[in-house]
Formats: sequence, structure tokens, C-alpha cells
Amino acid sequence: MKILLVDDSKTMRNIQKGILSQLGYTDLEEACDGLDALSKVGAFNPELLLVDWNMPNMDGLSFVKEYRSKGGKSPVIMVTTEAEKSRVVEAIKAGVNNYVVKPFTPDLLSQRIKETLERVAA
Amino acid sequence: MDSSYIMPFVSSIQNVFSTMLQLQVQVQKPTIKNADTLAYDVSGIIGMSGDVEGSVALSFPTATAERVVTLFTGMELTAGHEDFADAIGELVNMISGSAKAQLVDKEVSISCPTVVIGDQHQVHGRKDVLTISIPCESDCGNFTVEVSTRRVASGATAGQAGASATV
Repeated sequence: MKILLVDDSKTMRNIQKGILSQLGYTDLEEACDGLDALSKVGAFNPELLLVDWNMPNMDGLSFVKEYRSKGGKSPVIMVTTEAEKSRVVEAIKAGVNNYVVKPFTPDLLSQRIKETLERVAA
Repeated sequence: MDSSYIMPFVSSIQNVFSTMLQLQVQVQKPTIKNADTLAYDVSGIIGMSGDVEGSVALSFPTATAERVVTLFTGMELTAGHEDFADAIGELVNMISGSAKAQLVDKEVSISCPTVVIGDQHQVHGRKDVLTISIPCESDCGNFTVEVSTRRVASGATAGQAGASATV
């Protein structure tokens, strides 16, 4: 499974990589903002994306809208500090499939990934 | 300053450190920052804008910051390492984001974090906004979260959120 991690924090990408590796996912690509992610989705063709919201250059919400408008169909999990209900609704409307609020435990991220992939497979 | 603007930060500090670092933090009584406030060596600063505006600074002595970052990243990183500032920035990002989510009925945005590394610097919030200093104790050492925010009156034009640091 190819997974794209989009977060401007290298620390956060490393934490996510560690959790994903423990789950057996090692085919990972990283992007530091929405623009970087847009430039990589074509060649990498991810099957799952973990996307932060607040990033420089292009935020996660704008990225998801752009990705969906260009036909991107892979599931997207927003991993962000944006926890307000209105933000979650906004993200879901933009095409986000699941949501993880920072700070998170490894178990929570693992659970969200599993349930997202199960929903897509159903 | 309304305590309802401070309590979310108290709970978010404890939540972020216990969840991401498995580090218990004892938060001491918040006080109004005055001219004699201690200087620190490492600060992560984030701006808030919208219905509440101002800044939040997470400040450490160097040794404490290095212990905290090592716990957070799982790697021994000194203050000179290129990834050190990134980790400090992500911590203040999570603290601020988690706190703003608890501000009921307030639309608030946070900026991308800025990190200052320099011996004995001080962080100054806006002069017209009271700064509350939240002292924190942990097994990694003591640190401080400074919250300098104010509610923006309905219909008022938001000013520039932010803070400056002097070394």
C-alpha cells in the first residue's frame, strides 16, 4: 500500500512513519505542504493520504479540494490540530474520509487507518 | 483576562505532553507576566487571529527543551540539530490548536509556528494585551507557556496577531 504523508513538520511525518511501519506499511512518500503533495500525487499515485491542515504555501483543505477536483479518488485522513466541529464538517465536505485530531496516540491513528481502508474496501 | 481563555491552555499542555511524550506535566498557578519574568533559551511561538487574537509562546531552558524533544522524536537531538526547531514548533502548534478548539463559539485561526533559539531571550506579546504566564513542571525540567490573547469585539477589525523576541 502506497501512502503519502503531507505535513510541514518533519517531526510529525517521522512519528507517522514509525506508526505506519509498525503496521507493515513501508511504501511511503512525504510532502511538506499542499503544493509539494500536488506535485507528487501523479507519479507516486498513493492509495491513502494522511494530510495536515495548517501548512504554508497550500493548506491541507485546499490540497484535498484540488486533489479531488483533479479526479483523485484515494482515501484521505486529515491529521490536524483543527478539532472544531465546523472544521471537521468543512473537511468532510471537501472530500476527507476520516479525521484524526492531534495530539493522537499510535493506537488511535492505527484504528483510523484500518477503519478508513475497511470502508473503502466495503 | 477571562480565565476561560487560560483554562483551555492548561488542559491542552497536559494533554499534549501526556499523549505524545508520555510525560506528566504539573501546571502551577498562572500569573500575570511582569518585567522580572525569567528569560529562556528556546521558544516556540504561534499567532492566533479571528475572534481571539494574540500569541502563545512555549519556552524552555536549553537542557529541558533537549530532553523534551528527545522524548517527542525518539531521537537524541541537541538544540543545534536541524530538526530540533521543527519539533518545538510542532509542540506549540498542538498546544495552541488543542486549546483553541476548547474556546466555545469562537472562530480562531492559528499561524504556522516560529521558533527562537538563543540564550536568555524574552518573548514580548502585544503591549496592549495582558500576558499570562503558565509555569509547568515535569521530569524533563521546568518550562513556561505564555498566553497573550484578547477577545476581538464583534465587528471590530482584527489587528496583527503576534509577538516579538529579544535576545
